[in-house]
Amino acid sequence: MEMRDLKLDGNAIGGLMLELFGSDMTGAGSVCAGCGAHGEMARLDVYVGAGIVGRCCHCEAVMIRIVQGRDRTWLDLSGVASLELS
Amino acid sequence: MVETAVIGRLTWLAASVAGAVQETSRVRTLELDVPGWAGHRAGQHLDVRLTAEDGYQAQRSYSIGSAPGDGVALTIERLDDGEVSPYLVDEAREGDQVEVRGPIGGYFVWDGDEPEPVLLVAGGSGVVPLMAMARHRARIGSETPMRLVYSSRTWGDVIYRDELEPLGLDVVHTLTREQPSGWTGYSRRIDTELLSEVAWPASDSPRVYVCGSTRFVDAAADGLLELGYEADWIRTERFGATGS
Repeated sequence: MEMRDLKLDGNAIGGLMLELFGSDMTGAGSVCAGCGAHGEMARLDVYVGAGIVGRCCHCEAVMIRIVQGRDRTWLDLSGVASLELS
Repeated sequence: MVETAVIGRLTWLAASVAGAVQETSRVRTLELDVPGWAGHRAGQHLDVRLTAEDGYQAQRSYSIGSAPGDGVALTIERLDDGEVSPYLVDEAREGDQVEVRGPIGGYFVWDGDEPEPVLLVAGGSGVVPLMAMARHRARIGSETPMRLVYSSRTWGDVIYRDELEPLGLDVVHTLTREQPSGWTGYSRRIDTELLSEVAWPASDSPRVYVCGSTRFVDAAADGLLELGYEADWIRTERFGATGS
């Protein structure tokens, strides 16, 4: 299996984001802190392993990282310049 | 659209299997009874969670194949090394209990209120959320042109095979591994040339929904961009053997 076979998109973590943010995030607009590109969270390149990494589909910079433990979730959004929810 | 039911969407809901339809040898549709379900939009998915007697839990995402307003039906393909799908495809019986979370998705959805023609591009079980769109179009009596380009391995692997034509959309099949004798349709993977023959012209500004494996989605989206489609017209959903 090649790395690209492991690539999903933001739709795949829609349920988790719904739980974390309290509203649907797949249609939310986001701006990449790396390249400034704007796009829906559904368009992130998502890799799921021990943790979850979401990369900008334009420049591949890491935008979000999520690690879940038994009773807690760690969320790093430092690669997201802004989010727009409707 | 369903903001009034936010609380219901955040929590896991108890659901029970209300019916099952064998679609192909590897694919089954489960109709679920979900008390408190907020309703869904065409193209959305939900998460299914199973809990073993020892407390071990596994969850996966599955697309909803039914039209909005027509109950919750999941069409699931068995992944032989999967944790969840073998149970759902082979074992689940009417009355069995599962938990669901959803509906999920505000991006890969088609509500039927735009006039632009719609191109659906499906790889294998990627047809499921697109079927919800085709059923929704028929259910609301929409006359928006809709065309499905559907890649399957063999004729026997075509999910919803007999249901597609009666929905009144154009259907273009390609069978990539084996074709019945006398087959006159396409018999290769979707590429730019195939798309150039079946896709709406770019001058129509079509709305496109592509669902399948990552390789399939990338090939289809790249092909459409080559034909002059704009990236904003193309909505994609990749599926893998995971869910979070």
